[in-house]
Amino acid sequence: MKSLSANLKDSLAVALVACLLFGPFLGLQLRDGDNGNLALTPRPELLAIAVGLTFIARFLMLLWHDHRPRRPPAAGLSYAMAKTGKYFAPALLVVAVALPLIPGIANSYVDLGVLIMTYIMLGWGLNIVVGLAGLLDLGYVAFYAVGAYSYALLSQNFGLSFWECLPLCGILAAAWGIFLGFPVLRLRGDYLAIVTLAFGEIIRLVITNWVALTGGPNGIDGIPHPSLFGLKFSMAGGPGTFAGFLGIDPTPSQRTGYLYYIILALALLTNWVTLRLRKQPLGRAWEALREDEIACRSLGINLRNTKLTAFAIGAMFGGFAGCFFATREGFISPDSFTFIESATVLAIVVLGGAGSQLGIVLAACVMIGVPELLQSLQIYRMLIFGLALVVIMVVRPRGFISTRRPTVSLGHAKIIGAELISEGRG
Amino acid sequence: MAYALQQLINGVTLGMIYGLIAVGYTMVYGIIGMINFAHGDVFMIGAYLGIIALTALTGITSVPLGIIAALVFSAAFCGLYGFSIERVAYRPLRGSFRLAPLISAIGMSILLENYVQTSQGALERAIPSLIPGGITVLTENGFNVQLSWMQIAIVVITLAVLAIFTYIVTRTPLGRAMRAVEQDAKMAALLGIDTNRTISYTFIIGSALAAVAGVMFLLYYGVIDFYIGFNAGIKAFTAAVLGGIGSLPGAVLGGLLIGLIEAFWSGYATVAYKDVAVYSILAIVLMFMPTGLLGRNEVEKV
Repeated sequence: MKSLSANLKDSLAVALVACLLFGPFLGLQLRDGDNGNLALTPRPELLAIAVGLTFIARFLMLLWHDHRPRRPPAAGLSYAMAKTGKYFAPALLVVAVALPLIPGIANSYVDLGVLIMTYIMLGWGLNIVVGLAGLLDLGYVAFYAVGAYSYALLSQNFGLSFWECLPLCGILAAAWGIFLGFPVLRLRGDYLAIVTLAFGEIIRLVITNWVALTGGPNGIDGIPHPSLFGLKFSMAGGPGTFAGFLGIDPTPSQRTGYLYYIILALALLTNWVTLRLRKQPLGRAWEALREDEIACRSLGINLRNTKLTAFAIGAMFGGFAGCFFATREGFISPDSFTFIESATVLAIVVLGGAGSQLGIVLAACVMIGVPELLQSLQIYRMLIFGLALVVIMVVRPRGFISTRRPTVSLGHAKIIGAELISEGRG
Repeated sequence: MAYALQQLINGVTLGMIYGLIAVGYTMVYGIIGMINFAHGDVFMIGAYLGIIALTALTGITSVPLGIIAALVFSAAFCGLYGFSIERVAYRPLRGSFRLAPLISAIGMSILLENYVQTSQGALERAIPSLIPGGITVLTENGFNVQLSWMQIAIVVITLAVLAIFTYIVTRTPLGRAMRAVEQDAKMAALLGIDTNRTISYTFIIGSALAAVAGVMFLLYYGVIDFYIGFNAGIKAFTAAVLGGIGSLPGAVLGGLLIGLIEAFWSGYATVAYKDVAVYSILAIVLMFMPTGLLGRNEVEKV
């Protein structure tokens, strides 16, 4: 245990470094001066606040470090989560199903639920690629974009409805998954990450520049909303609409609720397929691939097919989610498919921890829900998001749920720690 | 011919900037085996430090002195940024599972971009050209091939910085330690090299080089915003991969090639798709030549 004075000295050193770091950026601000040149405005009070906060934060951190209760490593949050997970997951599902039915719930909360659910679905889709097959994909947003643009273009040019397009979007995205997966079969780890990132950017740039087809940066407007057995959710009411059919007043919450149940069903489908696949030869091959590629090859598993199915199925769910995104927003543009989206979804998967389905739900609620609730801090939203990524990684590098139950076991399934799971070099 | 020569000049200038950033990537990858995703944003921080320094030095009449002061200021503070980033975001995760530092680096990249955006505003910032004019190298059919003083200055400064850097890596005890840790960190530690300190120095040097690149980007284009780091970062990483990741001369060579490809593509094909061309090259190189031009062949151990 260090003495208080040593802690103070350490904190002062950190504060000094912070002073130097923040000095040029917080202490000075560029502004347009007279005669067209730039000028600087000093902001000493902001700098002082930032440095002071750093000092206090560092000091408290050191105090906590010295005095934190020692506990056995196994009895962490993750362990408790894994134990209660059996009851927690169904409870969460009940809440998810009942959310739009809560009387008097504000439409904005259901809308937020739709957003979170979209990211949960994307997270579960990417989890197939990253969490199960161990292939690090930084360009997942490409398939999201393929799905969204497929629906937008099919509905605009051929007048197809949402329900007709949904499977098509999935198929198209899966085809792109195979198409982009083929060249990267031999790549491993970080190289794979960078190439998939490049593919994501290529697709976005092509969408931006191919103005004749996609409308370029202006995007595509007027994408139709989904209907329920031909009944539209229109604010006008009258015959042929949902409200008119039931003889009730049309409200915006009906459409939001409908969208909510669509994405909930899609997300649950993703989850169900993943859980089923994990029990089948294909899913086991994925997990074997993640653990050791060479051993896999030695045992006669076809690496090409295993990797390509992971890409294709992951991409398919991305395509579904993209299709849903297009119909929900009614308007899409390349701005919605930047690298930040890929990073967000990957962050959700990794923060969820070691391919845990429940962990992804928690991570999506934290990473998407919390910033949305901080709307008043709009300009600081991404700043907090970046900071949170770093802090959560440093504190819990294995994610929220860092234990896993083996898919196949003889007798009682023992929960294993994430340290024993390979990170996937695929 | 004249047009091609002009593209060559532009490409080399751009390539020098990419090469400097790529060196930072390749050093960090070589020594701790992670993609320092925030490196592009360190470059952006360097450019902002440069514009702040140049604005603060408005009174100084000697342009070369002002540029050198801005370079030194930016490199010093950026080195401190690199050091802090490694200490805060990467060191606690060393030896953790492989995705953790990557996610942390992505978080750091988002953090740095928004830190600059919120503290300095989202507007583009422009400075007037400090060294205007140039020489006409060649005139052909009324097309003048321009070689601006600024381009000469950029190439000269890059070569000087790279010379200092090469001296550090090949001739000093620190450089020896860096190369030793790169080859085998555990063995180097057993032989009494302070691995942590060596890694810190690697980050400081890499960030200082990125800062130099940032200031030169600022001087060359005259306009910066908080988002320049992303594209430049990916292109520099492409350069590092093209040259063979882990190889320092390879990074500079890769940077030059990427700069030339970009310049010629913009000159002869469509400007809109120049980034697509660079990314495609990244994918193609990794598929068919994963070790790059000057990289070592890695033996797969079972």
